[in-house]
Amino acid sequence: MTVTTTRPARLGTVYGTLLNFKREFACFAPQMGQLPYRAAPKAPVLYVKTANTWNPHGGHVALPANVPQIEVGATFAMVFGPEADVNKSLLATKTIAYWVLMNDFSIPHASYFRPPVKFKCLDGFLGIGAQRVSAEVLGDAAGVTLEVRINGALKQTVDFSQLIRNAETLARDVSEFMSLREGDALMLGLDCLPDGIRPLAQVGDTVGISSPTHAALGVLSNTVIAESL
Amino acid sequence: MKRARVAFAGAIHDAVDHGDKLLLEDGRTVSCDAVVWLPPLKPVAQARTVLALGLNYADHAKELEFKAPEEPLVFIKGEGALIGHRAFTRRPAGVKFMHYECELTVVIGKAARRVKRDDAYDFVAGYSVANDYAIRDYLENWYRPNLRVKNRDTCTPIGPWLVDAADIPNPQALALQTTVNGKVTQSGNTKDMIFDVPFLIEYFSSFMSLQPGDLIMTGTPDGVVDCQPGDVVVTEIEGLGALVNTLQGAT
Repeated sequence: MTVTTTRPARLGTVYGTLLNFKREFACFAPQMGQLPYRAAPKAPVLYVKTANTWNPHGGHVALPANVPQIEVGATFAMVFGPEADVNKSLLATKTIAYWVLMNDFSIPHASYFRPPVKFKCLDGFLGIGAQRVSAEVLGDAAGVTLEVRINGALKQTVDFSQLIRNAETLARDVSEFMSLREGDALMLGLDCLPDGIRPLAQVGDTVGISSPTHAALGVLSNTVIAESL
Repeated sequence: MKRARVAFAGAIHDAVDHGDKLLLEDGRTVSCDAVVWLPPLKPVAQARTVLALGLNYADHAKELEFKAPEEPLVFIKGEGALIGHRAFTRRPAGVKFMHYECELTVVIGKAARRVKRDDAYDFVAGYSVANDYAIRDYLENWYRPNLRVKNRDTCTPIGPWLVDAADIPNPQALALQTTVNGKVTQSGNTKDMIFDVPFLIEYFSSFMSLQPGDLIMTGTPDGVVDCQPGDVVVTEIEGLGALVNTLQGAT
């Protein structure tokens, strides 16, 4: 069921999306008119997870010694196929090679003013699921729910009907200014908990992401370890 | 050695500087006008990391009304933003301020993790010139400079050459200039960088592994001006060559 016919040979650039969940946006909204932001974001707020961050299911995530906890970013991403022209054929199934679970780990950071490279681009800071699900099998991304478990205990349920820009709108708005090329991936966003923060893990914890609605996405599990120098 | 990557006669070739011509890897000598210049970078096994610095010259930081940063202001580009020498960059319709940025670009030569400043040059394969265009109309204060400003198709020309590190004994003493339609609009020297190449390699490799072929674009000095469709923008760095780019309107 998870086989796809347009699988890119390799991942290209992996893009993440900030402030794309309604609750996440609402929690940050009181700061948006203040310095340094001055206004709510208009275009999608994107960042890049560089290739050194890519970490397979089962991989260890090394936490630097001066960082007590790591933020868990449970999401999934569309990976574009060879005909990724979202302007002409909005998310026609041929443009999405597959969907895949991702865990976008971050060092917690309070400011979104500067690009988050030193918080998000550490080695191993992007878990990538082993199961690739075709667009036909996945259907409407808004119907997806993900569950986050730390050491088996449920910590967060993420409901992708709560996006500000749904998958189609996000891909279209991003492609307005840059091409999404074969192998490029675009994450839909990272929701927060009701208190405005995301789940936190520490050394020794195993973080698992799975979908009760879409079992084909499989399980993405990564264990946090202490960085060895 | 000055190395290029070109399309010629229906195939892509590695080439080297050969006087006023290019010597292809198959032994043919061709005119520089007969080829399409690609970014002077070999394909890499996994996606290339392109790091780019903002506000890395004190005068430019002042020009943009920011105080000099205490640590590098870095953003990341996708490889899809890169184009080669003598290519065309699109200016969107209706924007008010689109400017070039002439930048010394470091090409990493071997895997780098926790590199110390004193060893940093051992990890450099060579240098190139990048023109890191920005469209200031699209600036927003969210992960600034945001991707809509800095990660646009055609908006990061690089080349013409990858010049071997051995040929550039001191990358921190290179004159740099930009001309628009032949008139000098930007003039500086890499000695005025706030965070120099060894610092940047130590800094980035302290938290992220760099791989051969990864890029560090080191920022631009004072002197950026708006450019219009039809303008020929030449970004040039001493010893590295002149990167020619022409702006065109949106189609």
